[in-house]
Amino acid sequence: MARGITLRRKALNTAVAWLVAVVLFFPILWTILTSFKTEAQAIASPPLFLNFDWTLENYAIVQQRSDYLRFLFNSIVIAGGSTLLGILISVPAAWSMAFVPSRRTKDILLWMLSTKMLPAVGVLYPIYLLFIWLGLLDTRLGLVVVLMLINLPIIIWMLYTYFREIPGEILEAARMDGARLREEILYVLLPVAVPGIASTILLNIILAWNEAFWTLNLTAAKAGPLTAFIASYSSPEGLFYAKLSAASTMAIAPILVLGWFSQRQLVRGLTFGAVK
Amino acid sequence: MGQITLDKITKRFGETEVIPPLDLAIEDGAFTVFVGPSGCGKSTLLRLIAGLEDVSSGTIAIDGKDITYLPPARRGLAMVFQSYALYPHMSVRKNIAFPLRMAKLAPAEIEARVRAAAAVLNLTDYLDRRPGQLSGGQRQRVAIGRAIVREPTAFLFDEPLSNLDAALRVGMRLEISELHQRLRTTMIYVTHDQVEAMTMADQIVVLRAGRIEQAGSPLELYRVPRNRFVAGFIGSPRMNFIEGEEAARHGAHSIGVRPEHITISAETGAWSGVVRLSEHLGSDTFFHVHDTGLAPSLTVRADGEVGLTHGARIHMTPRADAIHRFDAQGRRHP
Repeated sequence: MARGITLRRKALNTAVAWLVAVVLFFPILWTILTSFKTEAQAIASPPLFLNFDWTLENYAIVQQRSDYLRFLFNSIVIAGGSTLLGILISVPAAWSMAFVPSRRTKDILLWMLSTKMLPAVGVLYPIYLLFIWLGLLDTRLGLVVVLMLINLPIIIWMLYTYFREIPGEILEAARMDGARLREEILYVLLPVAVPGIASTILLNIILAWNEAFWTLNLTAAKAGPLTAFIASYSSPEGLFYAKLSAASTMAIAPILVLGWFSQRQLVRGLTFGAVK
Repeated sequence: MGQITLDKITKRFGETEVIPPLDLAIEDGAFTVFVGPSGCGKSTLLRLIAGLEDVSSGTIAIDGKDITYLPPARRGLAMVFQSYALYPHMSVRKNIAFPLRMAKLAPAEIEARVRAAAAVLNLTDYLDRRPGQLSGGQRQRVAIGRAIVREPTAFLFDEPLSNLDAALRVGMRLEISELHQRLRTTMIYVTHDQVEAMTMADQIVVLRAGRIEQAGSPLELYRVPRNRFVAGFIGSPRMNFIEGEEAARHGAHSIGVRPEHITISAETGAWSGVVRLSEHLGSDTFFHVHDTGLAPSLTVRADGEVGLTHGARIHMTPRADAIHRFDAQGRRHP
């Protein structure tokens, strides 16, 4: 590509890109560093960067005071469960919208998306009451259902756009070859759509993992996931930065690792269909 | 067996009627070609027979059995698509085996049939490849292989050759014709290419705006086109049409003469004109003649050896028994 990019210009672009990346990553880095300091070093002024006494005591205290594994388990169940349930519902929904569209399909898609524009707090009261009546308050099942529902429009939209990229003739060929609906979806549509479905699953797990509004408001001691774990360290008896940082690091580590290993899949999935 | 009968079928998409009431009988073992300009409803008609679209009214029967509302899978038909529609995630072997797997055949039987089909179609060396690693012609053969393994009552082809280059198209045309010779199974073939129609068909069905303009053998359509549309569509190059005085002299609103039914001469003839363009094909030469006073341009065929330069004046005589006469509505005069 001859766009007259000079070496100097290239160096400048690289420097700016690094600067932006560092600014974006700095809070996470700082959290991780702080988690290895003592409480006194954590609030030291001027702040200490690397020249402090590295310690693991925060992690030990956090683990001792609250059972990290239980919160982790809840997070896994809630993020995984809501994603699984969401995929089970959204695959047939997206299939019908992509391959047997009606005159109202576009309207329904927009209507679904419009529910995401509603501030969550606007429906907190009715949902809270529903949870009380149904006995779902502070249960993993309740959170699985709620997180599945709030992410469902996004999953259906994503799957719909992937499915639209799949030539309908392949599915018609399957029908001619004697496949019934179940076989058509299982043997032809799903394998072809694997990259799209994988990135949808990943994105949904990340969204559900990080969701804090509903998980904080609808849980107490039993079903709280890692978001509740972090929140429990910003307590009214005073902030303990080092311990809060340790808790945060423990909470974000799993999802960070997952994101790191799946980033290629994720990027590919998110730009899927953007270029033909 | 594979006798297909369409009885007063119609198809509407919302308010638009794509296929007005249509009747058609397709004989068992016949090679029928649906031909017509794009948008004439030929693909829709095929998809109605396949069951990929539902008819709005009327009935479709195969061997006397009403299948109008059966799902595609239970009609016993196989289809080859324009885009081949191979399963991209499966090997050639699995693609061809798919219909057999759906029919729940024993694995040993499936393997044997796939091997037999691959041998017929020269695909044995490619069985473990994915469709993405094949050339267009090979992909087309896989699509045909997938259709033949299950021994359907009839084959449906939806413009199967239009994605291939010219040389390959001629080859595949022959292969499909040979396949028909060998299997003697009913085949319905959709194309917009009248050469494919002429060369392959036992029966050609010419469609326009969802209506059957004429159905018959290729030579029947060539010799006795029922109207101007069919006359102009069948035959290459196109038939010449002449209106006005010359047509009136033959007692018609318009007359049609094919390029191959006009003899040319340097000295005398019924009509005369100036050569504007000549196309040398080697075996034949086509002259486009202007300034005839009959039509904007007339096409005539001459022997390949005939050399006439641009601007030469020539005389032309139509063969008397090859003049087609049409009335004002374009219908053939008896």
